[in-house]
Formats: sequence, C-alpha cells, structure tokens
Amino acid sequence: MTANLVGIAIIDIVFFTLLVLTAIAILRQRNLFAVAMLSGVFSLLSAGLFVTLDAMDVAFTEAAVGAGISTVLMLGTLALTSRDEAKRPRSALLPLFVCLVAGAALIYGTLDMPPFGAVDNPIQTHVAPEYIARTPTDIGIPNVVAAVLASYRGFDTLGEVVVVFAALVAVLLMLGTSGRRTNGKNGKEE
Amino acid sequence: MYMFLAITAALFVSVALVLVRLFAGPTLYDRVLAVNTFGTLTVLILSALGFVTERPDFLDIAMLYALVNFVGTIAILKFFRYRSFGRLRPEPEER
Repeated sequence: MTANLVGIAIIDIVFFTLLVLTAIAILRQRNLFAVAMLSGVFSLLSAGLFVTLDAMDVAFTEAAVGAGISTVLMLGTLALTSRDEAKRPRSALLPLFVCLVAGAALIYGTLDMPPFGAVDNPIQTHVAPEYIARTPTDIGIPNVVAAVLASYRGFDTLGEVVVVFAALVAVLLMLGTSGRRTNGKNGKEE
Repeated sequence: MYMFLAITAALFVSVALVLVRLFAGPTLYDRVLAVNTFGTLTVLILSALGFVTERPDFLDIAMLYALVNFVGTIAILKFFRYRSFGRLRPEPEER
C-alpha cells in the first residue's frame, strides 16, 4: 500500500511538471494552431491529474469539454481570424507583477483552509453523510455523485443544462453563419 | 503492482518524447500526429493507473478519452482540409 501511495505521489509530480512545461510552451508559441493543439494536451494532462485525485466526474468533464469541444471551437475560431499571434511591443513586467500579486494572495487565502483530506473537515460533516446514508434507500443507485447531481440537486442541474444549451446554440449560430458566408463568396467568385 | 508502476513510468517516458516533438515540431503535421499519439498514451496511462490504484473502473474514462481523441483528430484534419467546419460537403474543385 505504501509503495502504491509513493507511486501515485510520483505520478502526480510528473503530471504537474508536464502541465507547467505545456503552459510555458503555450506562452512561448506564436503560431495559434500549435497553441490550440497544446491547450488540448493541457486539458488531457489536467484530466489525468483529476483521475489520480479520484475526481472522476471532473475528469470526465475536462476530457469531454476541455480536450474535445474546446479544441474544435478554437480551430473554428482560427478559421475566422489570423493564424499567428500579433507581436506586442510593450513590456510584460506590469502584467507579470499583477499575476504574482494575485497568485500570492490566492496562496495566502488557502492558508486558512482545513487540512487536505481530513475526516473532520466541514465538507465531510455538513450534508455529505446524510446524502451517503440516504442515497441507497431514497434513490436506489450505487453512485452517490450521480444521485446528488440528478436527484437531490435536479433543478440546479436542469438550469446548468439550459445554460450550456444556450451557449451551444449561440456558438453554433456564429460558426454556421460564417461557413455559409464563405460559401456565398465562393459562389460569387465562380 | 510494481509491474504496473514500471509500465506507467515507461509510458511517461514516451509522453515526454511526444511532448518534445509537440513543442519543437517544425511542421503542423508533426504536431497533429504528436497530439494524436498523446491522446493514445493518455488512454494507456489511465488504464495502467486504474490497476495501480486497484480500481479498474478507470477503464470507462480511458474509453471516453479514446473516443474524444478520435473525434478531435477528425476535427483537426477536417480543419486542415477545408479551413472551416461550416461546410458539410466539399466543394467539387477541392477533391
């Protein structure tokens, strides 16, 4: 068991290192097509990290949305805009400073948080035990996360689905119109 | 279990090699191929991880990744071919 834990810790560290390397590569890359590829890889890496952290549903979402749909949407945007990032003449010192200050503030904020994974954390003692105790009799399915999402917070999930559907329709309208316009232009040229 | 850890380590070595090709790749086709290989390696790593953590139900997620990887590669190649996702049918002169 200990060897397992050490192995998983090493795998986590490798995942984080690869994430940092990919982020640096995204920053240094000027070709936006390569940036779209790299962000897909970044999503896959974070999804792998979520899996090692036992967050299955988050990993599912990250893989489907981050690696799948986002890459396609970014490529669709690239078809409408230029393929290279514009050079920025101004120095990046002020944005770097702002990022460092904001990051330091966020890390300072985490210092008050309860220890990672402790049994008596508020999240473990609030409503979670009740959900775990009642799911087998109330809902009758083995997966507590699915029971919470689809039944206990069903209206919440319904609202989320409506929001996602509206966003999808808007994006499809934008991409679809541009495709038809290209077709029309081609037709005129011929 | 040590065997699966060794497999995971070997897979991470190949991931590093693929990432090198992805970062340095001179042409875009190198990058597309690297991303596709990276997706396959992620599927393999997740399967190996499932056995390391003794929860083989990770295989479901690995399957989802394989599907997403396939769709993503198709989308990228379609973008290469037609420069747009809007057109469903190829123009006659592009064939």
